[in-house]
Amino acid sequence: MASGPSTYTPSNGLMRWIDERLPIMRFANDNLLSFPTPKNLNYAYTFGAILFYCLVIQIVTGIVLAMHFVPNSTMAFNSVEYIMRDVNYGWLIRYIHMNGASFFFIAVYVHIFRGIYYGSYKAPREILWILGVIIFLLMCATGFLGYTLPWSQMSLWGANVITNLLGALLGQDFTQWLWGGYSVDNPTLQRFFSLHYLLPFVILGVSVLHVWALHHVGNNNPTGIEPKGPQDTVPLMPYYTAKYYFVIALFTIAFAVVVFYAPNLFGHVDHYVEGNPLKTPAHIAPEWYLAAFYAMLRAIDFNFILDSKVLGVLVMVGAIGILFLVPWLDTSKVRSARYRPVFWWCFWIFVADYAVLSWAGLQPAGVVLFQTGVGDDGNPVGFSITHLSQIGTIYYFGFFLVIMPLLGLFETPRPLPESIATAVLAKKKGGAAAPAGATSAPETRV
Amino acid sequence: MKKIALAAALALAASATAPAIAATAVEPPAVEWSFDGPFGTYDRNQLKRGFQVFREVCSACHSLKLVAFRNLKDPGGPEFTEAEAKAIAAGFQVPALDDTGQPTTRDGILADHFPLVYPNDIAAHAANNGAAPPDLSLMAKAREGGPSYIHAILTGFHEAPAGVTVPEGAYYNEYMAGHIIAMAPPLKDGQVEYAEANVPRTVDQYAKDVSAFLMWAAEPKLEARHRLGMGVVIFLSLLSVLLYLSYRRVWRNVDH
Amino acid sequence: MSAATHDEATRRDFLYVFSGAAAGVGVAVTAWPFIDQMNPSAATQALATTEVPLAPIAEGQQITVMWQGKPTWVRRRTAAEIEQVRAMPNSELKDPQPDQERVKKPEWLVVIGICTHLGCIPNRDNTGQPGGYLCACHGSVYDASGRILRGPAPLNLPVPPYEFVSDTLIRIG
Repeated sequence: MASGPSTYTPSNGLMRWIDERLPIMRFANDNLLSFPTPKNLNYAYTFGAILFYCLVIQIVTGIVLAMHFVPNSTMAFNSVEYIMRDVNYGWLIRYIHMNGASFFFIAVYVHIFRGIYYGSYKAPREILWILGVIIFLLMCATGFLGYTLPWSQMSLWGANVITNLLGALLGQDFTQWLWGGYSVDNPTLQRFFSLHYLLPFVILGVSVLHVWALHHVGNNNPTGIEPKGPQDTVPLMPYYTAKYYFVIALFTIAFAVVVFYAPNLFGHVDHYVEGNPLKTPAHIAPEWYLAAFYAMLRAIDFNFILDSKVLGVLVMVGAIGILFLVPWLDTSKVRSARYRPVFWWCFWIFVADYAVLSWAGLQPAGVVLFQTGVGDDGNPVGFSITHLSQIGTIYYFGFFLVIMPLLGLFETPRPLPESIATAVLAKKKGGAAAPAGATSAPETRV
Repeated sequence: MKKIALAAALALAASATAPAIAATAVEPPAVEWSFDGPFGTYDRNQLKRGFQVFREVCSACHSLKLVAFRNLKDPGGPEFTEAEAKAIAAGFQVPALDDTGQPTTRDGILADHFPLVYPNDIAAHAANNGAAPPDLSLMAKAREGGPSYIHAILTGFHEAPAGVTVPEGAYYNEYMAGHIIAMAPPLKDGQVEYAEANVPRTVDQYAKDVSAFLMWAAEPKLEARHRLGMGVVIFLSLLSVLLYLSYRRVWRNVDH
Repeated sequence: MSAATHDEATRRDFLYVFSGAAAGVGVAVTAWPFIDQMNPSAATQALATTEVPLAPIAEGQQITVMWQGKPTWVRRRTAAEIEQVRAMPNSELKDPQPDQERVKKPEWLVVIGICTHLGCIPNRDNTGQPGGYLCACHGSVYDASGRILRGPAPLNLPVPPYEFVSDTLIRIG
């Protein structure tokens, strides 16, 4: 255990009595209060706490919404409007839940990118990383299920597209089993509601395992060098709890600005049209946080050994599946991108690539970005969304399958500091006001 | 036979132009609304005028089923008096059952929602050449451009340009996706007699007023949301300052 | 030196206490919408009152309206029925209450039609008491003022809050 032996002593007779029977106070003290945490963690390391805050918000607002929502296809859409118009503060709780999902994903993407940047997936944190990928998958499933519940045009047709995709891989029998019928209809909605209520508690359970795995090996930190002693760490409380409170307040400001002043910013107008199984909307798009995977799916518009539809689904599934292999794909002995100048560039290009793929996934299919001529059917041809998505998909997989394995073998890393404490002191010296006559070294801030 | 042919033609036109729609839909000109921005509020008189336009023109074909008559007197909306709202309700017939259990109608009361115009979807399609007039409760949130889009549609009827054929029973509209709309131009200058003097009785004014009314119908809690938001953001900003100072205080003696 | 640290301690504590209190206020204010959402919604509150026009009700006739989910009787009593219930001495009643206290206008009786024994709906019946009610479940008998005369029910039929908006319109609730 990274924290070493327990530092808890029961403060009175009652606490001693409890501790002998169920050491819950000891557990809380060792893991939440006194846990030795590297003292150089920057703001990118606060997103774990932010994510827990988001999960609590989603669960509380979700349970309350479930008191009013009706998971039946003839009443679902109207019950959501009943919440928005008639339930006391229903509009607030619904907008919090709806935008809470988006902010949950904003936070998880920052958290994941942080993990990639600082090599937090490397030994001995492989299981920690894998648990995180599982949580991300569960979040995607929960978000998808939740979006179907209002039974809008986007709900219905999004459900249709995704369940048909799974059918391409697993067969029509599987799809009918999933639907509970021959098309997306009431049985589908009712089971999606049940699963949407269930999965967040599975996420909660896996998150507990995630924090347990973290505390067993100890936090990574921006230098990538393990703490060497108490001079490198501070107790979680009050040092990091104070930081969490501050950052959570800031995060809530951004969240409040969206909820109160732009509540439909992340949404799509067709989400306010009742679902009609006889009328396909002009433009089916997933929620923004799944759009990159949708772009990869649509990028495969050619056959190669397999039919393009099946191939597309395999690529989409592969894009998440490859995350499980990351701890073994990266061959570098150096953890943090701070000391890996080539990887640093590749990482930021990866982030940009993911953003571009997300944008592409939200556009209508086939839009031409740079026209080079006119095709036989009179429509413009040129560099299209599909081409952009294909390039993006190649870089995405290339980052994991080519860059990560090869860079570790050929890259020359920057010299590593001796320890966290020396790195912190070096930064302090470099950043402190220079005495007259001395020149201060430029800070390496990453 | 003609009706079926027209319905088929409209359906075909809609599906054929679907891919092109998203790429070539004309963007509605932005209108300045009183409810724009974080400090936006509804203009009570505009909402009342907009309701009048809805009642006298649109409600003949379009329902507003998610809005209840009692909402007309709620704060944050047109804020009719209770008596006015009751009178409006009584002017609508809502479904009821008579003493023998047969379907009949009765005068609306405050607790009722605006009734449907047609008993069901099939009747709505059949009575309107295959194109059912959509419910308007959420229209201002269900289209790109919102109330500006509704205003653009209502003022965007004109002669089709050369080379464009408009199917019989349909009309050319500048801002409708695909440019063909099944609704006849519903507004004419001077059509609705406003009680307020100094308000122009033009198609443009009617369109603005009814669009604002429909925005309220779609988002009745807008004003409460803006007000509460102001308090929340200000409180959180002050709290953030306090929490930041606390954080700095905690870390004061630690190199990090 | 010690004075400085003491000052420091109180300054520091004040900041933490104040921040904690502010955060606590924030949490409490945030909790209110989550509690209030369980209160009756606007749609339910709209049905909290029911207006009943009286003109269509003939003398001797009774109608049933739903008020807050309960069957509520509005009955136009005949002169004979009024005289009879007013003649009943209090001593013969299980739950003594003069008729004058149960109605606003003697011609109009407004009561909730749920037997106070175990909740069945009594029927209008002349056998037990002329112009009265008999509950078929366990035999409770009420008079034309809704008062319990005999049978297992302990209390008179409840009178809901109501007012005469006009001579021809009452509002219940």
